Amino acid sequence: MLNSLFQSRQFGLLVLALIIIVLPFGLQNDFHYDIAIQMGLIAATVVGLNLLVGFAGQISLGHAAFFGVGAYMSAILTGTYGWSPIPVLLFAAVVVGIIAFVVGRPILRLKGHYLSMATLAVGFIIYIIINNERRITGGPDGISVPSLSIFGAELNVFNDYQILGMTLSGTFLWYVLAGVLLLLAVWIAQNIIDSPIGRALRSVHGSEVAARVVGVDTARFKSLVFVISAVYASIMGSFYAHYTGFITPQIASFEHSIVLITMVVLGGMASTLGVILGVVVLKLLPQVLADFQELEMMMFGLILMLTMIFMPKGLLPTLQGLARKYLRKKPEEGV
Amino acid sequence: MSKKIFRRAGFLAATLAAGIFATSVQASDPIKIGSFLSATGPASFLGDPELKTLEMYVEKINADGGVLGRQLQLIHYDDAGDASQARNFASRLVRNDRVDIIIGGSTTGTTMSAAPLIEQARTPFISLAGAIVITEPVKPWVFKTPQSDRMAAERVLGDMQSRGITKVGLISDTGGFGSSGRTQTLEVAANYGIEILADETYGPSDTDMTAQLTRIRNAGVEAVFNFGFGQGPALVTRNYAQLGIDLPFYQSHGVASDRFLELAGTAAEGLRLPASPLLVPDSLDDADPQKAVVQNYKAEYEARWNTQVSTFGAYAYDGLMLAVMAIEQAGSTDREAVRSALENIQGYVGVTGIYNLSPEDHMGLTADSFRILEVKDGQWNLID
Repeated sequence: MLNSLFQSRQFGLLVLALIIIVLPFGLQNDFHYDIAIQMGLIAATVVGLNLLVGFAGQISLGHAAFFGVGAYMSAILTGTYGWSPIPVLLFAAVVVGIIAFVVGRPILRLKGHYLSMATLAVGFIIYIIINNERRITGGPDGISVPSLSIFGAELNVFNDYQILGMTLSGTFLWYVLAGVLLLLAVWIAQNIIDSPIGRALRSVHGSEVAARVVGVDTARFKSLVFVISAVYASIMGSFYAHYTGFITPQIASFEHSIVLITMVVLGGMASTLGVILGVVVLKLLPQVLADFQELEMMMFGLILMLTMIFMPKGLLPTLQGLARKYLRKKPEEGV
Repeated sequence: MSKKIFRRAGFLAATLAAGIFATSVQASDPIKIGSFLSATGPASFLGDPELKTLEMYVEKINADGGVLGRQLQLIHYDDAGDASQARNFASRLVRNDRVDIIIGGSTTGTTMSAAPLIEQARTPFISLAGAIVITEPVKPWVFKTPQSDRMAAERVLGDMQSRGITKVGLISDTGGFGSSGRTQTLEVAANYGIEILADETYGPSDTDMTAQLTRIRNAGVEAVFNFGFGQGPALVTRNYAQLGIDLPFYQSHGVASDRFLELAGTAAEGLRLPASPLLVPDSLDDADPQKAVVQNYKAEYEARWNTQVSTFGAYAYDGLMLAVMAIEQAGSTDREAVRSALENIQGYVGVTGIYNLSPEDHMGLTADSFRILEVKDGQWNLID
């Protein structure tokens, strides 16, 4: 019975919701919240990326660029031109969706890893534009972003808010928002996975030829999921920009794309909760290792290497496997 | 067996969690100086000497009895030049470690992304980055020690003016330093009666700038000014010599190091740039109040680390000394008292220049603190 619980997707969503609710009891100060909020926003991005990498078997090396376009459009349109954040966020998502479609549609008709090359190129182009158009984007020194406002109510990390007689800090409300966004991202992703689209995607991942033989329009589904994952990145990029209040072109860089892919692979491809674990580990490690100073990068590399050698399926799938083995063994021990 | 594994995993998780979440609230004897620098990564040529300087002088001050009878404790995190990392470490410094003052931010990007957080936490912050946006408009809690890029531009344009040059070609890199410098140069040129006839750029990793320099030469200019750092300016200098352009040539303070002379070789002969007196400690006039400070810092740094001193490390030296002065004047680590002491420091003689801060000016240097140097026989030569 426990076994089937582990398999159930609703169960995963429930566990995640529980963790998000319980976590504040372990967070002692605003710095802990700060890291947790960023984890939530990045995790939602990675859940979207996982649809592409884990389920459609395609690799995007330019996802940070989509994240960056969302972030920068929010920064520029709200900051310089005074637009309202939420419409800008949606507008940016549409723009990014169109970019992804234009790039992905012709390329995804081909077999193999051509998408990674195309996204690599697009990523670099976007990064260079952001970096060089100093008058608009602030160039390499970055640009500040106004705080988020929803229907006229400003949500500033640094303010306190009176809600239902309770005084809540802006940071805590951001935590709630990030938690809700993450749950929403996971819920939508799981619905896509369980829909005919998801089944089609998995068949593409398994064998593209076989999928075609049974009548799956592989190119259509692949480009659809590519657009969806890019839109995920754009929306989270916008939220991230509003949250941190200052962004630099580094968030659109190739290195950041690699970090996002690493989160997927480390956590466990095709496991929606696994990739979230990947985000948590990769976001926590720099903080945990900060005390080791010069050894930080070495230890970081070593941990990644050992994980990939001993847990090639990723953290969560391997741990689940272990737990399952343990539960199966137990009755034998009892005998 | 598996039980054991689980227990071990649990233990490991608990240790990790303790490591992250331990908020060490001790008897709070030492004065906590927080710092985030780009000690590794692409900006390590800034962060590395800065960190070395901080470590060395915190040790020294502690050996001499500390400040206000309390020891200094340096809490440092390496942001590797990444602005979002810098922001997270600044968050950690003010919210978790609760430091008394922050000295850090090697680049403009890392400084600016951390500044809003530090402002909100009302912690004095001395940045070591160049761009003018850091202290203009003035942010109550943010200070900086290096001269702004605008001053470098002013100093160079002033020197051109005194040589009767009115038509100038500008070439800059598209990185943060070069593009900010370019903007400032274009803005202030008119004040010196100088016209920028050519405005060319190159990528930080380009290997040949002959095309841009040819266009500049053909524009009919009387002098050329290159704003950038890293290997780019050395290549521009070499190309300049290869093309046989026989016009006065200026570089920015971004290349003011002996390493640049090595890279550019004989091509650098005759070029001028604005720089810290740290490059020519022995040619300074004996009456110059900075002479002793500069010589001292150079000697101590080189003796301790056995490597050449860098002007960037000097920014950290000045930052730390300003912080110590402010804490001593405030008589406590009360943040508001330290902040207002910082902004009223007058006549502090540092390595970079003589600082006169005020509520309107959180940097406190004038353009004169740059010395104009000329390369002669492969050596720096003090002109002004």
